Amino acid sequence: VSSSSGLTAAGSGGASAAHEGLDAIVTRHESDPSRLLPILHDVMAAEGFVAPAAISELARRLGISRGQVEGVVGFYAFFASEPRGRFRVLFSDNVTDVMAGSLELAARLREAFDLRADEVSRDGLVSIGTTSCTGLCDQGPALLVNGRAIPRLTPARIGAVASLIRSHVPLDKWPANLFTIQSHVHRRDRLLDAALVPGEGIEAALSRGPAATIDEITRSGLRGRGGAGFFAGTKWQACAAAPGRERFVVCNADEGEPGTFKDRELIAHHAELVIEGMSVAAYAVGASRGFIYLRAEYPFLVAGLLDCLEQRRRAGLLGRGVRGALDFDIELRIGAGAYVCGEESALLESLEGKRGIPRNRPPYPVTHGYGGQPTVVNNVETLAAAALVAKHGAGWLRDVGTRASAGTKVLSVSGDVARSGIYEFPFGVTVRSVLEEAGAVDTRAVQVGGPSGTFLSEGEFERRLAFEDVPCAGAFMVFDGTRDLLRVIENFARFFAHESCGFCTPCRVGTTLNAQVMGRIAAGRGSRRDIAELQQVSRLLRSASHCGLGTTAANPVLDGLSKFRPSFERRLRSLEVLPTFDLDEALAPAREITARDDDDAHLSDEAP
Amino acid sequence: MKINSAHELEEATGTVPRIDGRPTFRLDGNDVPFDEGQSILTAALEAGHYIPYLCYNPEFQPHGSCKVCTVRVNGRTHASCTQPAREGAVVESNVDELNELRKGLVQFLFVEGNHFCPSCEASGNCTLQAVGYAVGLTTARFNPLFPVRPLDASHPEVLLELNRCILCELCVRASALVDKKNVFALSGRGITKHLVVNAESGRLADTPFDVNDKAMSVCPVGVILRKRRGFQTPIGQRKYDQHPIDEVAVAEAAARKG
Repeated sequence: VSSSSGLTAAGSGGASAAHEGLDAIVTRHESDPSRLLPILHDVMAAEGFVAPAAISELARRLGISRGQVEGVVGFYAFFASEPRGRFRVLFSDNVTDVMAGSLELAARLREAFDLRADEVSRDGLVSIGTTSCTGLCDQGPALLVNGRAIPRLTPARIGAVASLIRSHVPLDKWPANLFTIQSHVHRRDRLLDAALVPGEGIEAALSRGPAATIDEITRSGLRGRGGAGFFAGTKWQACAAAPGRERFVVCNADEGEPGTFKDRELIAHHAELVIEGMSVAAYAVGASRGFIYLRAEYPFLVAGLLDCLEQRRRAGLLGRGVRGALDFDIELRIGAGAYVCGEESALLESLEGKRGIPRNRPPYPVTHGYGGQPTVVNNVETLAAAALVAKHGAGWLRDVGTRASAGTKVLSVSGDVARSGIYEFPFGVTVRSVLEEAGAVDTRAVQVGGPSGTFLSEGEFERRLAFEDVPCAGAFMVFDGTRDLLRVIENFARFFAHESCGFCTPCRVGTTLNAQVMGRIAAGRGSRRDIAELQQVSRLLRSASHCGLGTTAANPVLDGLSKFRPSFERRLRSLEVLPTFDLDEALAPAREITARDDDDAHLSDEAP
Repeated sequence: MKINSAHELEEATGTVPRIDGRPTFRLDGNDVPFDEGQSILTAALEAGHYIPYLCYNPEFQPHGSCKVCTVRVNGRTHASCTQPAREGAVVESNVDELNELRKGLVQFLFVEGNHFCPSCEASGNCTLQAVGYAVGLTTARFNPLFPVRPLDASHPEVLLELNRCILCELCVRASALVDKKNVFALSGRGITKHLVVNAESGRLADTPFDVNDKAMSVCPVGVILRKRRGFQTPIGQRKYDQHPIDEVAVAEAAARKG
């Protein structure tokens, strides 16, 4: 049942071959509309885009409406309904990549081809744009070319990329070292140090029985590592108790929170643990099928994961009759560039081949999940820990961390530190301890948990990373005294505007307004009225949004206003009302039409 | 101890009052009866209490996207159209904070699209405009986004004026569920989310859309317009020109209840 899609292929099939290709693709996926994402990945790989005619044909073949297919193509950032370059280059625009110089490097590459952002070169060879955080913050700046990640960008690497593109070298002939993803683990604790023989967790669970396995997880105090901190045992219990035809276990590997890359490390080097955890969960709740929903930004993890699944099948640890007691197999699914799919109900929609819109809850996924059936959705790290709790018992987790936050947390540390990478600490560690261990100096602010998390200022570095103090899904981005925090907050605000699914009014409009206002203020064109607007918009986001994306989208703005207020005040151009647009910027289209960029074509920067 | 209301009785005795044998919740101090499975919004409307809403239509399953009907239930905010009524729940709706929130959401919708009421064919029949009055909206407050949206005049009898779309999905739902045609769908995401029609050309004329479709009559604003019928009813004599929307909504709910 495993499958992956050809994320790495660069293709430019002719229009005549298109329908024949579609036929083969749809047949391979058994004309199953729930497999629309893998189908679209395959079409993208073969054609470079999903043409209007292909959308019609797919709808016909899958027995769904054309609008539904068009809606899915239009929802995910990595699908396109118009041709893009045969080489589609996307620079990660996460703030840590920007701090490491990604904007300059992107400009350099665009100059090499005389292209504006997102423009396709006249020969159709190349297009250059940006994408949300690619999870390579410890080795940024990074880019994706036709979905494949190139980290540690330098002017020299950009030069190499430019000449490979210019020489039309197919992607699979590019030097392999361009694509090498490094592993930077600087501190290990119980989880990353653990040794588990494949099958040990399952066997321990089998000897306990399903109910006692759930009890063990509950007693361990294991809480969700993806951000929400929900008790895993409670979730499993609810799923096991819910009536259903079939049950599912889903591993949420859609690690999209900017600044987070710990799941990348866990899957790259501890996939056995994660999959073992899924099997334990499946046995405990009575699930027969599982999915790993991996973000598309991590194609370099696909082969290893498929290999691991296959080895476990051969070893009798996946599939029918595992240890004579468990029927459970896992399918790998790839996301398509949508942060919101990290929200568990949006992820389920995506798994079902739909736009990733969070569902109304209740009912919750534990009772009405994939296909309306009881489903456990757990984060990668949660499942890895569950496997070890199954093997060693509740105490293995319970004995470290704090009373409310048992166990350890794997952190992704990046930004202004001497050693960016992975650090595993017991819950309860202070922010300062992490900073010291990572070699941070002159730290002015730390963003814990990513943009949706908490922005901490200097006075708060004694606070502890734990659900009861500063919750942390994994991101730990450090900013020193040289950074412009308003630009950091603006970056986060733009991220949310880009990633809002658009379902509800507050998030769809509010994230856009906040991004615009932050842009004005950061550029020195803000007024006191803009500060008031940020507060009004943020209040609406927080109290009226449909899901966690919207309710947390205002966090960086509100934290910024409360903790770094002087930075805002200093940047305000005047206390009076100002034009909400840049007069000179408004002339840009006129300059473009007349091909002028001389001084006389610009308004003076000085306000009259 | 003097007992002034059913709910004080409840607090004193631990029981929740029943009305005509039906369970109740408390909405802004009033006891509202409901049937099992009913949403807070429909129960409130039937009991004569208006909660502003836009994307809800009693003929369709609510989906809770506009969030204008947001209320606070036991301290947490929820869209009242999707939130099931629960016995004994304490629901706040007509309070300053929530009225301010609704006003903000309606303002969001005004700045998101291109809404020019004085020249709009829907003026007076428009739910957005009527709710705008109901929530006390006098300006759009936020900076308009002035989106560039196409106008689809391809269909011989129908004009699609997408500048006014508030993405309520009622036409999507009506066309799928009642007309069984799936003429409309949504594409894009975030602020680029937009209504599309089910045709490779992207033109309404190339869909099976018909003026007798249910989807023709559900648009709460002025997107789906019948050609050559503009301004047949003079402005000033239209639905919400006669009665404000809170009265209309409550009367319609009473009529549905029968």
